[in-house]
Amino acid sequence: MLVTFETSFADALLDADRPIPDGIIAHNTAIPARRFAVYRNNVVAGLVKALRSRFPVIETIVGAEFFAAMARIFATAQPPRSPLLASYGDTFPAFIAAFEPASDVPYLADVARLEAARTRAYHAADAAPVGADRFAMLDGKIIADIRVPMHPSTEIVRSQFPIVTIWAMNSGEQALAPIEDWRAEDALIARPHFDVQVRTLPPGGAAFLLALAAGQSFGEAAAAALADHPDFDLTCNLAGLIGSGLARDIIAPESRSLSQP
Amino acid sequence: MSRASHLPASTGVGFKPAHFDDIRAASQPVGFFEVHAENYMGAGGPPHVQLSALRERHALSVHGVGLSIGSMQQLDQAHLARLRALCDHYEPESFSEHLAWSSHGGAYLNDLLPLPYTPRTLARVVEHVDEVQTALGRQMLLENPATYIRFAESTIPEVDFLTEIAKRTGCGLLLDINNVFVSATNHDTPPLPYLDTFPLDRVREIHLGGHDEETDDVGAPLLIDTHGSPISAAVWALYTYVIARTGAVATLIEWDNDVPDWPTLRAEAAKAQHVLCTASRSSSAA
Repeated sequence: MLVTFETSFADALLDADRPIPDGIIAHNTAIPARRFAVYRNNVVAGLVKALRSRFPVIETIVGAEFFAAMARIFATAQPPRSPLLASYGDTFPAFIAAFEPASDVPYLADVARLEAARTRAYHAADAAPVGADRFAMLDGKIIADIRVPMHPSTEIVRSQFPIVTIWAMNSGEQALAPIEDWRAEDALIARPHFDVQVRTLPPGGAAFLLALAAGQSFGEAAAAALADHPDFDLTCNLAGLIGSGLARDIIAPESRSLSQP
Repeated sequence: MSRASHLPASTGVGFKPAHFDDIRAASQPVGFFEVHAENYMGAGGPPHVQLSALRERHALSVHGVGLSIGSMQQLDQAHLARLRALCDHYEPESFSEHLAWSSHGGAYLNDLLPLPYTPRTLARVVEHVDEVQTALGRQMLLENPATYIRFAESTIPEVDFLTEIAKRTGCGLLLDINNVFVSATNHDTPPLPYLDTFPLDRVREIHLGGHDEETDDVGAPLLIDTHGSPISAAVWALYTYVIARTGAVATLIEWDNDVPDWPTLRAEAAKAQHVLCTASRSSSAA
């Protein structure tokens, strides 16, 4: 069997309770436990390090010791499925949501979703955003039927907790202070240029952008946003869409010209 | 296999984004840069902006850590395609990978794991190296591993194993001198006979890096390949020994953990450059 050494080796790496596989030797001892532990430690410590670099705010919130313990359990239960470690931890927020010892920090999983989205935005495909000048030239009569493909880096995380404020205060973006206005915040994460931006969306903004991202027209997206929140303000959200560089293109309805005649 | 590995015979360093501005400000930072392939497989973003800027001005070595060439399983075809896209885009002077495995049963284990050296594993690794060189349309370099244990079933010395792979596939070798020293210490074997029998004519790149010192179950020295400290005096001595025999060979300083500031890393590269220059002078005087 060609795979024998790998299978027993791999199984023992992720389960420290298993004995060292047969056939593994050292020059000076019958059971080279500390030597095999080097591999065990490399695997798990390396994965914990990858999670720590992707979820620094989660580590700040729960502390290094708690984070390392939680990350070790995750790493041995859900090792990566790909050598691309930048994408490792996409399922860490769901793991945190179900991780009983963290249940007294109810916003933790949502902040983790925000951090996971930041990495995806960082590595997303590049695309030049549509400039404000092209929006200014649009024919007002067709604007409701226009579709706007979103920038590939666009990510939206909805939460019933003030996740953007919590993230900003724990990442050093904002001074740490008691949060007086404890309210739901929807996060917009995008990287239209070099740096990843994180913003709080206005009321209905998340529903508006999610509808546009799903291929709906401006009119349909605005209706969805109003249904989501009565305070939805189309002008303000359009300005945000354009100013944040979220539009990758403008697509007119069939057989119509984009510009005013 | 069309393109042979052709790094300049000078010293390079592993590229770290924290050093980007210092590198841009330097007129002649180092002879080449090496990057881990898997860090540049995202669709876009700052990593590609920086690597493109670096590539415009410098020789480049792409060093894979995730292909699992030493596995007895099939190579991950999606990963091989990503490597091909990366090499096609950046056209590095060299592509290298490890005599090790890191994936099993669909899980990526994130370490360079050892394999037994037998006729059967040899045949499998040869197939994998052939497959990589065909897919990439270029010669690859295979690196000797740092190991902490051995397999009872091994029947072929590591040097013979590597020599045979190079002979059968035409691949070049990446000689990691820190790995030689780490493995020799860990298995209580002398490093010089290893180097004396190593096929130095196949070596297209040398790696130098730091290691940590621990002890094993019975208190014997156990060296860990950590790339997190300066290169030890013993490794410098072995490097000088090798360069006296090979002449100048592309040499990389690997410093991946506790990464120092740019001047410190640059100084470590300058030490290696001094060894290379001394070798060049004595060979041209001979």
